[in-house]
Amino acid sequence: MLENEVPQEDNRTLDGHRKAVYARGSDGRVRIVQSTGWEVEEIVTRQAVDDLNRLAEEARQRVQAGQTSPLEYHMHHRRMDVALLSQLTGIWQWRIRRHFRPDVFSRLSPALLARYAEVMGIGLEELKKVD
Amino acid sequence: MEFQHSHASHCESGVMASLLRQHGLPMSEAMAFGLSSALSFAYLPIIKINGLPLVAYRMPPRHIIKGLQKPLGLSMRFETFGTPAAGEARLNQLLAEGKVVGMQTSIFWLPYIPEDLRFHFNAHNVLAFGRDAQSGDYLLSDPVVEHAVTCAPADLGRARFAKGMLAPKGLLYYPDKAPGTPAWGKILPKAIRKTTRVMLDTPLPIIGVKGIRRLANAFDRLDAKGAPAATKMFIGQVVRMQEEIGTGGAGFRFIYASFLQEAAELLGKSQLDELAGTLVDIGDDWREFALATARMIRDRDPLEPSALSGKLRRIADREQAFFHDLRRAV
Repeated sequence: MLENEVPQEDNRTLDGHRKAVYARGSDGRVRIVQSTGWEVEEIVTRQAVDDLNRLAEEARQRVQAGQTSPLEYHMHHRRMDVALLSQLTGIWQWRIRRHFRPDVFSRLSPALLARYAEVMGIGLEELKKVD
Repeated sequence: MEFQHSHASHCESGVMASLLRQHGLPMSEAMAFGLSSALSFAYLPIIKINGLPLVAYRMPPRHIIKGLQKPLGLSMRFETFGTPAAGEARLNQLLAEGKVVGMQTSIFWLPYIPEDLRFHFNAHNVLAFGRDAQSGDYLLSDPVVEHAVTCAPADLGRARFAKGMLAPKGLLYYPDKAPGTPAWGKILPKAIRKTTRVMLDTPLPIIGVKGIRRLANAFDRLDAKGAPAATKMFIGQVVRMQEEIGTGGAGFRFIYASFLQEAAELLGKSQLDELAGTLVDIGDDWREFALATARMIRDRDPLEPSALSGKLRRIADREQAFFHDLRRAV
């Protein structure tokens, strides 16, 4: 890639940041060139983010239909999965899945809720509802 | 010495180059990357991230920090902590002594990183070089960000003590002993040979050139007709690791070409210059593969993973020839 071929395509996922990429200058030397992004990067990053957002949105709808608890929504909203949430809280995966049941979730102790809220970096009240 | 932030493509090589320059050794990011033999390829179907296999174009985290010690006669101090309070106190102490300190963090909790790039990845490296006297915020040099940034203590604490895979446990690191004058004639050929060994001779079929072919086979097994969404997630993930995750383009191939040019000059071997040119061409092939993949994800071209696996096999052939030539050149 030549210096003047470095894409400057205003990748939206960079949010105005520029990234450093390496390219060959006219003197043949490979050096850092700042780039506002490449559409290819934007496509694959959006794909990953959109997939996480889809999981959160689907969970939100199931919360409203009474099929799951807000815990599942917040887990996806914070870009986590059950395996990661289990590592972060030290709560077994099967127990977390059980807490996805609205009737079980509504009876959870404040201490247990606080453990979830803490690793997600949200408040206790926020954890109990979806926005 | 006053600290100077510089923009780099990859966090770990950027942090180490900055730290070494701070200790009086001129060092580019590319040299830190190449000298620690950080270039690689690995396709790890057993390690799943959000259900997708891990594809890496470099050696595992901390390889660069640790790998620079021996060639440079450098000794790094590593400190981890049982509690966030202890980790913060120690960081404050080191900064008060005027040290520049490397830290391992989770990129998810760093507020200055763009929202779309904040995933739960625990091995993001940044430098702390001071504190704002008024707000108490830390002054950070994050190599992948254009300018120096600030970060509130609470956010940094979360980032340093995130749990999960590769948990940083508050890791701080800094040189204990300043680096000596490098014996380039000895350490550069050694570092280059090590990379050729990883790429050509690793007995595992998932590492190096064999790993690229293995990935190509995995592309051929994808069910593009029956499960187009899952197929797109799989191929998109590969490109994300190659281009978006701070690689300097083409999965670190361009940055390694830059290293080879520096090595050519230091060793007086023009052959390495020619090989650097070849590697840039191979990097362009990787970029073309990325472009073709992205077009399929967006349905601009029909979804045909077999067309992509053909490209991967051609790249594997070219890299195999390239690393053989590189081995003969040093």
